[in-house]
Amino acid sequence: MKLTIKPLHQSSGTPVQGLKPTVFWRIGEDIPPSFSSLLIVLSVVVPFLAWWVLSTSGLVHPKFLPSPPQVINALVRLWQSGVLLQDITASCFRVGTGFFLAAVVAAPLGIAMGTFASIRSLTEPIFGIVRYMPAPAFVPLLIIYLGLEEPPKIALIFIGTVFFNILMIMDAVKFVPKELIEATYTLGGRRWQVLLQVITPYVIPNIIDAFRINMAASWNLVVVAELVAATEGLGKRIELAQRFFRTDEIFACLIILGLIGFAIDLSFRVLLQVSCRWAVD
Amino acid sequence: MHLEAIHVYKQFQTRQGSLMALKDINMHIETGEFVGAVGTSGSGKSTLLRLIAGLETPTTGKIKVDGAEVIGPGADRGVVFQNYTLYPWMTAMDNVGFGLKLQGIKPKERRVRVKEYLEVVGLSQFTNAYPKELSGGMKQRVAIARALACHPKVLLMDEPFGALDIQTKASMQEFILELWQRLGITIFMITHDVEEAVFLSQRVYVMTPRPGQIQRELSINLPLNRDHSIKRHSTFQDYKDIIVDLLSGRNVATSNSD
Ligand SMILES: Nc1ncnc2c1ncn2[C@@H]1O[C@H](COP(=O)(O)OP(=O)(O)O)[C@@H](O)[C@H]1O
Ligand SMILES: [Mg+2]
Repeated sequence: MKLTIKPLHQSSGTPVQGLKPTVFWRIGEDIPPSFSSLLIVLSVVVPFLAWWVLSTSGLVHPKFLPSPPQVINALVRLWQSGVLLQDITASCFRVGTGFFLAAVVAAPLGIAMGTFASIRSLTEPIFGIVRYMPAPAFVPLLIIYLGLEEPPKIALIFIGTVFFNILMIMDAVKFVPKELIEATYTLGGRRWQVLLQVITPYVIPNIIDAFRINMAASWNLVVVAELVAATEGLGKRIELAQRFFRTDEIFACLIILGLIGFAIDLSFRVLLQVSCRWAVD
Repeated sequence: MHLEAIHVYKQFQTRQGSLMALKDINMHIETGEFVGAVGTSGSGKSTLLRLIAGLETPTTGKIKVDGAEVIGPGADRGVVFQNYTLYPWMTAMDNVGFGLKLQGIKPKERRVRVKEYLEVVGLSQFTNAYPKELSGGMKQRVAIARALACHPKVLLMDEPFGALDIQTKASMQEFILELWQRLGITIFMITHDVEEAVFLSQRVYVMTPRPGQIQRELSINLPLNRDHSIKRHSTFQDYKDIIVDLLSGRNVATSNSD
């Protein structure tokens, strides 16, 4: 005798109501790599082509919207005269120094605040208030205190990034599993060992990520600082170009700023991949 | 080693007021024993284990190890938690050696002991694997090796196999039983799984629902060399039935009378 299993739903011609398959609108799933690469290429090529078409169409005056070749010309010109390298070096130095100092302060302080409720109570309220004071509002004070040279610019970047770094690192510490800390105690660990050998390594990936995200703010601030008072720097170059109505140079500097930011972002991602393999994917 | 809890009470202060988690707990663990504690969820098993580990302090009463009162956690009482609490950035080897490192034991000696204990738990081939590359059962073996490498007086386990699938759980039960016999270690294990408690323990404390009290202490007189076939044995079933009845409160009258 044949065993027949009665189907749960009698098929009656009408399709079952269900989720329709999709590629583009998948939620939380990967898309095919080739499709992904295509979209990535499009995301750069489409705006670039739109810019090119618009700038050569005659709809916009070339003084307002220079074409890609004009911008490349400007780039080459700035590079050959040596000012571009000088500007890049100056801006990178300010960002590098200011951000480095902020990182050196933020990492231990953020870890300490996340670890000890006492230090959190001691510092969180004041940091919470200062954090909401816009960093550029400090520029006049910084100029009065520190003059017009490098110190006020570095200080601005420091002020503008240190609190965000601290708070993000502090938050990361809250996600260290309590059981991991307790397990350490039951292995004979002391409190300082928990701090240095458990909590700190656990949050290093989050620290790298916090730095990557907050790096963007320091580039905003370096431009602000240079617009106010500087003799060189990418922000200064943009301000000078505006004075002489050189939109092609403004475009060139913006592209350089974007590329530098992108390169730094990428470096942080690579650093994370290489140094914290346990935490990625 | 002689571990004892003397009139231990534990109260938690919660937003709804104070909550009595443990009430008048008296118990003991002796060298070389495998002691189990069973209770329904919320009966204070984890709290009891955490008190012994020194991760919590009793509201009143004392816990003593070899006559000295427990005042905090220490490496003399190794703990294996239910959720694999391995350090994710360390290899199996570094995880097992971490307790020794914390205690300042020199790298050379550390290496020898780590090798020994990875062998004991059968993971010599996974020395350099990271926790995320290990299965649940293997992670628990690393956690056991990590605790044992410190040569604790007693190994405390809080539902260590609760997160494992049935087959892995069964093989881990045989594994821990075999380990206990081979090394002559002392184990205190809590579980809500009655069968697991009977299968592993020489002595079982049966707890009441909240507030957790010990309602019965039961000696399990089964051969020391057990494997899973013993579960079909009628004596095994009897022990199981007694505990199940105690836990469900059905047999309270008879259990109080004897
Ligand atoms: N830190 C705590 N604060 C407040 N209540 C707690 C705390 N730890 C445990 N409890 C309460 O104590 C009771 C016993 O918990 P627990 O020991 O985890 O039980 P079990 O492990 O047997 O499931 C539960 O009602 C639980 O909510
Ligand atoms: Mg529990």
